[in-house]
Amino acid sequence: MSKNAVNREIPGSISGFDTLKPFEGAFTNTPLVRKQKGVRNLPKLNKMLDTVEQAIMKTELKDGMTISFHHHFRNGDYILNMVMDVISNLGIKNLTLASSSLTDVHSQLVRHIESGVVTKIYTSGLRGELGQFISHGKMKNPVLIHSHGGRARAIESGAIKIDVAFLGVPSSDVYGNSNGYTGKSACGSLGYAKVDAEFANKVVLITDYMVDYPNTPFSIHQDQVDYIVKVDSVGDPDGISTGATRITKNPRDLLIAQNAAEVIISSGYFEDGFSFQTGSGGASLATTKFLSEEMIEKGITASFGLGGITSQMVKLHEKGLIKKLLDTQTFDDDAIKSIGNNRYHTEISASYYANPLNKGCAVNKLNVIVLSALEIDTDFNVNVITGSDGVIRGASGGHSDTAVGSGISIIVAPLIRGRTATVVDKVQTIITPGETVDVLVTDRGIAVNPRRKDVLERLKATTLPIFTIEELKDKAQRVAGTPETIEFEDKIVALVEYRDGTIIDVIRQVKS
Amino acid sequence: MRVVKTGIAGTLESSDVMITVSENTSTGINIELHSIVEKQFGKQIRKVIKEKMEELDISDATVSVNDKGALDCTICARLEAATYRAAGIKHVRWEEK
Repeated sequence: MSKNAVNREIPGSISGFDTLKPFEGAFTNTPLVRKQKGVRNLPKLNKMLDTVEQAIMKTELKDGMTISFHHHFRNGDYILNMVMDVISNLGIKNLTLASSSLTDVHSQLVRHIESGVVTKIYTSGLRGELGQFISHGKMKNPVLIHSHGGRARAIESGAIKIDVAFLGVPSSDVYGNSNGYTGKSACGSLGYAKVDAEFANKVVLITDYMVDYPNTPFSIHQDQVDYIVKVDSVGDPDGISTGATRITKNPRDLLIAQNAAEVIISSGYFEDGFSFQTGSGGASLATTKFLSEEMIEKGITASFGLGGITSQMVKLHEKGLIKKLLDTQTFDDDAIKSIGNNRYHTEISASYYANPLNKGCAVNKLNVIVLSALEIDTDFNVNVITGSDGVIRGASGGHSDTAVGSGISIIVAPLIRGRTATVVDKVQTIITPGETVDVLVTDRGIAVNPRRKDVLERLKATTLPIFTIEELKDKAQRVAGTPETIEFEDKIVALVEYRDGTIIDVIRQVKS
Repeated sequence: MRVVKTGIAGTLESSDVMITVSENTSTGINIELHSIVEKQFGKQIRKVIKEKMEELDISDATVSVNDKGALDCTICARLEAATYRAAGIKHVRWEEK
């Protein structure tokens, strides 16, 4: 027996409860609770700090730690460069950067890699100057390329342990409730950031738009947030999103889209209550348009659309053709407005979207996916990361996640781009294994993976131009010529991780 | 045919090529090649240009090529047009071949 802080006799232990901890005062064990209760003239409790530098100091970021960012601001992102510059000035080195993806706007990272601030990178994609820099072997450690679902798995399973997440948010209150569709830098869903907010040790929010408490509905919750910094601007709205994603006028893309829609309609998967996802590329977007015309005619509605949501999907949702939208990343202004206004346009996290090891991700419920490709080979393996010159210039994204999760995965691509054939003997880099790819639709013909005899039989009953993938490859080579083989050095500059955490391919340094 | 001035043909659109043919201060065909597919098709592009210049019976010229992934047939057509312009010939006898 001992007396606690309010002078009651409390036993040290008792039957059924090993040890009892006596009460020590209302604030002793909850240091974050407001201590000056009842003092009305004190500022309201908040987590606001004045500068990014203060936030970095408060998080006790040290050499060798892991930091993370999200890429919902796409090419308009100011956050990553802003934070990295401050970190660099503070002299912190040897950091692991675990960003959900990296875009053209992040080329400044080259400087921070050269100076040893960043020594390891996890990302879904690399482009521009940074892609060139990595591909030319100028970083010591290889970059690890993961899919969106693979990243969520790695973070939830602890394979990636984030010490500090710096998350740009379009709006927040003083306590950290934030969402993506309010404010001048609205980006829509914060699906990737939600994973970081939940699992990072320390979470710093950076916003340019403060709203009254509580900022409901919220995507990132106050109980996940340590510090908040208000800055002038988190991003360039023009780089964050476009107006409405327009349907392409390119006749080749329209032809591909029309064929892809025909494939879906004849595949056996086009039935009331089906679900689908299309990418934001020209041909994929147009596929949605052609498909919707047939949906109206046949009186078929979709149970849900997944994505990657664009104005196309929103229009179909508002017409009642797609009952619900599940949104992990929002691509244009119409879709950003929709996620704020439409009750059944629901934001989902990257884990909910595609984590292969959680208790059930959305891609598993997907019937039809339409995806693009830089290259596809005669084994149906797909490359979306390295260009035909071997340089990294793309992103893994949700490609492999949706290909394996869906009932039928359809790749849309022109047979030849410039003078580069899309169908080749062996793709430069495998992101998505051919055993998860079902149909290839090009402007010069369609090929079905021989594994899918059911689909092949159905499509053969139509007037669609069906070929073997070898025939498509030969067609392409006859026009474009046979390219010389790209030469590589021995050094591995990037590892390509499959969504389950195994390594599916490596990318080597290009010969200069 | 002889190159007497600078002739240009083509555009920088994707799948096109811009070719400038001008006098060469020394002898021979001097090719300055910039191509987005140089690694894969550089040798082939040079070969096509050399062959075409032989066909046009031009031994001395500087050929500056800015290629955005043009096919061989496009490269030939652009080169021929640029060369005729560089030679100051306005009336092309297309039916010759």
